[in-house]
Amino acid sequence: MAECHPVGFQWVMEARLRGAKVFHIDPRFSRTSAVADRYLPIRAGTDIVLLGALINHVLSNELYFREYVLAYTNAATLVSERFRDTEDLDGLFSGFDPETRRYDPSSWAYEGDEGATTDEMREGGVCHAEAAGSDSYGARGAGASATPPTDPTLRHPRCVLQVLKRHFARYTPEMVAELCGIPPEDFAELAEAITANSGRERTTAWVYSVGWTQHSVGAQYIRAAAILQLLLGNIGRPGGGIMALRGHASIQGSTDIPTLFNLLPGYLAMPHAQRHEGLAHYLETEGADTGYWGHRRSYLVSLLKAWWGDAATEDNDFCFGYLPRLTGDHGHYTTVMGQIDGTVKGYFVIGENPAVGSANGKAQRLGLANLDWLVVRDLTLVETATFWKNGPELETGELRTEDIATEVFFLPAASHVEKEGTFTNTQRLLQWREKALDPPGECRSDLWFYYHLGKRIRQRLGDDEIDRPAKELTWDYPEEGEHREPSAAAVLREINGTGPDGRALSSYRELAPDGSTRCGCWIYCGVYADEVNQAARREPGSRQSWVAPEWGWAWPANRRILYNRASADPDGRPWSARKAYVWWDADRGEWTGHDVPDFDLRKPPDYEPPEGARAEAALAGTDPFIMQSDGKGWLYVPSGLSDGPMPAHYEPHESPVLNTLYGRQANPARRIYDRPENPYNPSGAARFPYVFTTSRLTEHHTAGGMSRTLAYLAELQPELFCEVSPQLAGEVGLVNGGWATIVTSRTAIELRVLVTDRVRPLRVQRQIIHQVVVPYHWGHEGLVTGDVANDLLPVVLDPNVYIQESKAGTCAVLPGRRPRGQALLDLIEEYRHG
Amino acid sequence: MSRGGDSTATVPEADFRSYYGQPVLKPPVWHVPHMPLYLYLGGLSGASSVIAAAARLSGHDRLALAAGVTAFAGAGLGSGFLVAELGRPERFLNMLRVFKVTSPMSVGSWTLAVHGGLTAAGAASAVTGLLPLAGDAAVLAGALTGPVMATYTGVLLADTAVPAWHAARRELPFLFAGSALASAGAVGMLTTPRAEAGPARAAAALGAVMETAAAAVIERRLGLEGEPYQRGKAGLLMKASRALTLAGGLLATVAGRSRTLTAASGLAITAGVLCTRFGMLEAGKASALDPKYTVVPQRERAAGRRLAVVPDQENGSHTP
Amino acid sequence: MAERVGFFTDSSVCIGCKACEVACKEWNGVPDDGFVFRATSYDNTGQLGADTWRHVAFIEQDGRWLMSSDVCKHCTNAACLDVCPTGALFRTEFDTVVVQPDICNGCGYCVPACPFGVIERRERDGRAWKCTMCYDRLRGGLEPACAKACPTDSIQFGPLDELRERAAARLERLHADGVDEARLYGESPEDGVGGTGAFFLLLDEPEVYGLPPEPVVTTRDLPQMWRWAGGASIALVGAVAACFLGSRR
Ligand SMILES: Nc1nc2c(c(=O)[nH]1)N[C@H]1C(S)=C(S)[C@@H](COP(=O)(O)OP(=O)(O)OC[C@H]3O[C@@H](n4cnc5c(=O)[nH]c(N)nc54)[C@H](O)[C@@H]3O)O[C@H]1N2
Ligand SMILES: Nc1nc2c(c(=O)[nH]1)N[C@H]1C(S)=C(S)[C@@H](COP(=O)(O)OP(=O)(O)OC[C@H]3O[C@@H](n4cnc5c(=O)[nH]c(N)nc54)[C@H](O)[C@@H]3O)O[C@H]1N2
Ligand code: SF4
Ligand code: SF4
Ligand code: SF4
Ligand code: SF4
Ligand code: SF4
Ligand SMILES: [Mo]
Repeated sequence: MAECHPVGFQWVMEARLRGAKVFHIDPRFSRTSAVADRYLPIRAGTDIVLLGALINHVLSNELYFREYVLAYTNAATLVSERFRDTEDLDGLFSGFDPETRRYDPSSWAYEGDEGATTDEMREGGVCHAEAAGSDSYGARGAGASATPPTDPTLRHPRCVLQVLKRHFARYTPEMVAELCGIPPEDFAELAEAITANSGRERTTAWVYSVGWTQHSVGAQYIRAAAILQLLLGNIGRPGGGIMALRGHASIQGSTDIPTLFNLLPGYLAMPHAQRHEGLAHYLETEGADTGYWGHRRSYLVSLLKAWWGDAATEDNDFCFGYLPRLTGDHGHYTTVMGQIDGTVKGYFVIGENPAVGSANGKAQRLGLANLDWLVVRDLTLVETATFWKNGPELETGELRTEDIATEVFFLPAASHVEKEGTFTNTQRLLQWREKALDPPGECRSDLWFYYHLGKRIRQRLGDDEIDRPAKELTWDYPEEGEHREPSAAAVLREINGTGPDGRALSSYRELAPDGSTRCGCWIYCGVYADEVNQAARREPGSRQSWVAPEWGWAWPANRRILYNRASADPDGRPWSARKAYVWWDADRGEWTGHDVPDFDLRKPPDYEPPEGARAEAALAGTDPFIMQSDGKGWLYVPSGLSDGPMPAHYEPHESPVLNTLYGRQANPARRIYDRPENPYNPSGAARFPYVFTTSRLTEHHTAGGMSRTLAYLAELQPELFCEVSPQLAGEVGLVNGGWATIVTSRTAIELRVLVTDRVRPLRVQRQIIHQVVVPYHWGHEGLVTGDVANDLLPVVLDPNVYIQESKAGTCAVLPGRRPRGQALLDLIEEYRHG
Repeated sequence: MSRGGDSTATVPEADFRSYYGQPVLKPPVWHVPHMPLYLYLGGLSGASSVIAAAARLSGHDRLALAAGVTAFAGAGLGSGFLVAELGRPERFLNMLRVFKVTSPMSVGSWTLAVHGGLTAAGAASAVTGLLPLAGDAAVLAGALTGPVMATYTGVLLADTAVPAWHAARRELPFLFAGSALASAGAVGMLTTPRAEAGPARAAAALGAVMETAAAAVIERRLGLEGEPYQRGKAGLLMKASRALTLAGGLLATVAGRSRTLTAASGLAITAGVLCTRFGMLEAGKASALDPKYTVVPQRERAAGRRLAVVPDQENGSHTP
Repeated sequence: MAERVGFFTDSSVCIGCKACEVACKEWNGVPDDGFVFRATSYDNTGQLGADTWRHVAFIEQDGRWLMSSDVCKHCTNAACLDVCPTGALFRTEFDTVVVQPDICNGCGYCVPACPFGVIERRERDGRAWKCTMCYDRLRGGLEPACAKACPTDSIQFGPLDELRERAAARLERLHADGVDEARLYGESPEDGVGGTGAFFLLLDEPEVYGLPPEPVVTTRDLPQMWRWAGGASIALVGAVAACFLGSRR
């Protein structure tokens, strides 16, 4: 966190000054470890073992926050008889189809839900897994009964708590030592610290970023943390939570108003060509009727009205038919394979540098080289725009410039300081930025680009039916200045939404299902409340409460902590005076506190939903997790994940170690691309003995287009390097400051060597495992250049969200620089076949 | 500090810690040969003007003329090298913006300016025969600025953080005075009819002794900080200097009226004192570049003080 | 004169992000220092100099990784300022030490004079450069760029007296927490340079960070040096006199 989020890290330092104890769990000793109280080195790709063991410790020693768990989680809910655990099937959950390598999740359901499953659950499994729909399940609260059968004594063998207990029983401190390389004493210290700092009086927070996500079991890492935090009562309370440190500036914003292929704004699912007939059918299948997703018609209809305005009417399904449709996986890596196969002909690359930043750089560039046209919009000429004249495949002779037919358009972009708009940061906080200076030369903002591109396209449209969706779009933002820059404030206001009177709305509760309101993203509704740009607020912390509600604006409804009803006990009283946050004021008959309550303001704690109630009315006064169909925090996920209802440890796709927990080595549902461009290192192969992991440096940014081009940053880390322990250096013959060559089945790259005690060999399964740590910021353009670390990585993905496994793989290490040209290809050939 | 690598390879034997063996100090940035030549020429000019005054008073007119012209030439050429060191002529004028006693370079610059003027006037008068009274006055005044010219350079070097120089702050003025005297004597010997060159030969010999003695004291008294004078390039230069200067000095005493011996002596001494100047600069650079010479003496001083002043001071806490 | 201001750099909370180095260069338009992989932990700029006015050191030790941001000390008794022949170096109304680039003639004397090895002559333009404590920002009522950019408040800027109190409290706290190796560096007005305007909290001996353990302002000994020079001058005159007395015509 100190490395990649140094500004946010000031609060960790502040917490330390106030007595918080900070643990850092990471394969590399980074700047974060340097200032943590305890650093625990771990083998990359094994955190589920550690988290599972903590869960087991909490469950078997009855250390969980019983009242919280009982009232606010699904611990008491009974699971279907048909469910079979990894315990029963040696590493598989029930419902696995070895042919398609996918799960049918219907047996994971709550008791009583199996038969009466919603359409979503019936057909969900396969289709969802195919188009990364599983993540939208979770976001939209997958269908489950609002009132499933429970056992409040928590003794029923099929109640979630007992299921968890059995599932995690084999996750022991010994397993942690054997697989993660963390000794039992260190584990005990961690377990003691987090349990001692949880409960009524205290909370523990977990912070993660891509060290947990970029794995073929990535989503389940986060699930494991969620289970632990729910058990300890650390969700919805101040000082608790699981903090996902996000990446690029406003990457959170680009999931809310998504650049993802499978989502519409506000986490509404993108319609699927085969699964959704019309608006009604879509609404019926996409999500539960209970909880806040019960209002999804209002959200979607308001969105359609924002986009198509008066053209969107009740009679034409509010132009639902104009929305594009999914036909399967349109994710990044499948698209690249499509390029190589010749089925994808054109490519827009906007603010991304996949020739350096994406796994298997060679596949990326082969794809680029096989396009008809490529548009790159970036601040500088990044590697993705120059692959045809500077790419490493030219050196090896795999590509020749004269053979590449791709027509490349480079369009210079304005940077964030050269345009105004919002950033949505890690804690869902929207902050308005002013423009500091005009963009140079031909550089234009992306908003300008899309707006004027749209205008030109619309000018050329005819009367064909197929042109109507584009023709009828509302496309009329005020233009400002010499270059006719569309007003970003007007866009934000459109996202906020307007009521029948044309005034800005102030809350998503005002959204109507009948087309009388417009809203570009329901969770952002309120950011322009009272016609004021709330994101532009800059009230200093010293002049407001400690929750600081007047700094920027957080979605939804300016809430700073989600599900904060859980900060009070079932009766609505704070769990403790120290941790009071939001509570029930019986006299006034409403919820109050330091933050905006994340609950119906006037729903008393003793509210019981009437039979057949819908949406939030179906949730009781003690159900804080209002986006879930049952209002509970899910320790066990009956539907919504494509690789199991609970996390299980699987080894990375490429690992030097055997999975001793189950008979399954790697995640059975992981996505693999077994193709000539993407050969894999065999797991356990002696010729790839070392764990290979990639990471970031404070001094550079991602694929380097924004840092290797700047002298002040380039000088701070001028060359690609690898960090190795003195022991590994001795074993291989590496010298500090010298050169090393790292080899995988994809290619070999050369790096400078930093020999350091910070990288520690780990004792795993009675052998010593060496890890090699490589920052991935270098490429062939810029002031400082180097080989591309991602050229070493294979494409293998998490099945839920399609993220690549870039944190744990295997490699060989040789001293000295790599061979060039054909000799490089020969070396790789040799390593591929052993 | 560094791990498993090569970057501590240069760390010397002494028991001390450092940041990757990197220097604590910045070495003197003065260029070679500009700065050593300036030091040489300034000293030559300074001592020559003293000789010129003495010669004038004692009636050694040819010697007075030669020494006076040498003093002027030394100051003039020296200024040239100083300007070359600075890059542009107007930068020398900047030196005369202010006068600061705390800055030996300021004192030196003013001295050089005054001294240069005096020697120029003296030499001009002596050569042209014009304004003889003023000329004499200038020559005699040169006997006041000359010693400053010859010795301030010792302070110039000593008043830095460079360990080898600062530690030798007592001896450096004597070394530079001796060296200046030797060089002035040597040039005097070479430029004056041998019959009148007796005092120049004596000056050369005496200067050589003075320089050698001062250098010997430096090496002996300084301990660790004196090491840079004995090692590496500086060590070679200083050894050569000692041999050449002593040999030249000895020769001067026996040279008498022999043309060859005089020439040999004058050249040897000139070469020797030049070596001293180059050696001084090298030693200074070496001592600044090796953190040992900064850290170890400072540590010892601190330890000594701790024992002497606050014997119970806890190790590791701030030292007074 | 305004109140004396300075820096307290608390290395115990430094995260080595180098924001200070970059902010300094951005604000002051300092050129880059070259692109050299030094293989000295994460430090590739090496040391303070003409082109690096803030420098973050990285020290790898058994189980620890020390980081500390170094800067010109703005000494109470500043050797660089004392020896500068042109007056280019001067003491500002904030009691800081600043080079005026339009006056500096590049004589280079300040360079070896600094007991901390801070100031350096930039060979490209032949002038000496170092931290100005953002003189322009101070005059505009802003804090220096490096302090402003530091996310963890490792660099604290303010009136020196106040900083000394804060530092003492921090040291006490660290000692109470068992961090016995914590010490202050440069805060004492009794030290060899009369105390520094930029002082530090370190977690090991100063030399480990590339700092001199017991720096002394060289000009402290200057009167003595002038006396020795006087002696040498007299000796020179005496020697010349002797030469003439000894060899009468
Ligand atoms: N300076 C800087 N800041 C950045 C970025 C940048 O490039 N430079 N990038 C931004 C972006 S896009 C993102 S996504 C974030 C990413 O921020 P981070 O996630 O912090 O970045 P990484 O360094 O990639 O990975 C974090 C750590 O995960 C560790 N790790 C690897 N494998 C494992 C594992 O299996 N288990 C555990 N526990 N740890 C593991 C790595 O050693 C590394 O130290 O940073 C953002 N901020
Ligand atoms: N091996 C390995 N690979 C990884 C990771 C890893 O940890 N290890 N991390 C992954 C992660 S988390 C990420 S986010 C990716 C990042 O990978 P990419 O997104 O491919 O790389 P970036 O360099 O961030 O590319 C962003 C580009 O946007 C440009 N840009 C900046 N502002 C603007 C703008 O306003 N408009 C436009 N049009 N362009 C702009 C920048 O100049 C830059 O070139 O890398 C992934 N790849
Ligand atoms: S680069 Fe920007 S977003 Fe990242 S830590 Fe620094 S200030 Fe924050
Ligand atoms: S540290 Fe050096 S440059 Fe800075 S004020 Fe002190 S003597 Fe001058
Ligand atoms: S280099 Fe410039 S600042 Fe330094 S002493 Fe000379 S004139 Fe003064
Ligand atoms: S005070 Fe200003 S000039 Fe000095 S280091 Fe900080 S930013 Fe640079
Ligand atoms: S900005 Fe602060 S935390 Fe970052 S390196 Fe500099 S002193 Fe350390
Ligand atoms: Mo990212």
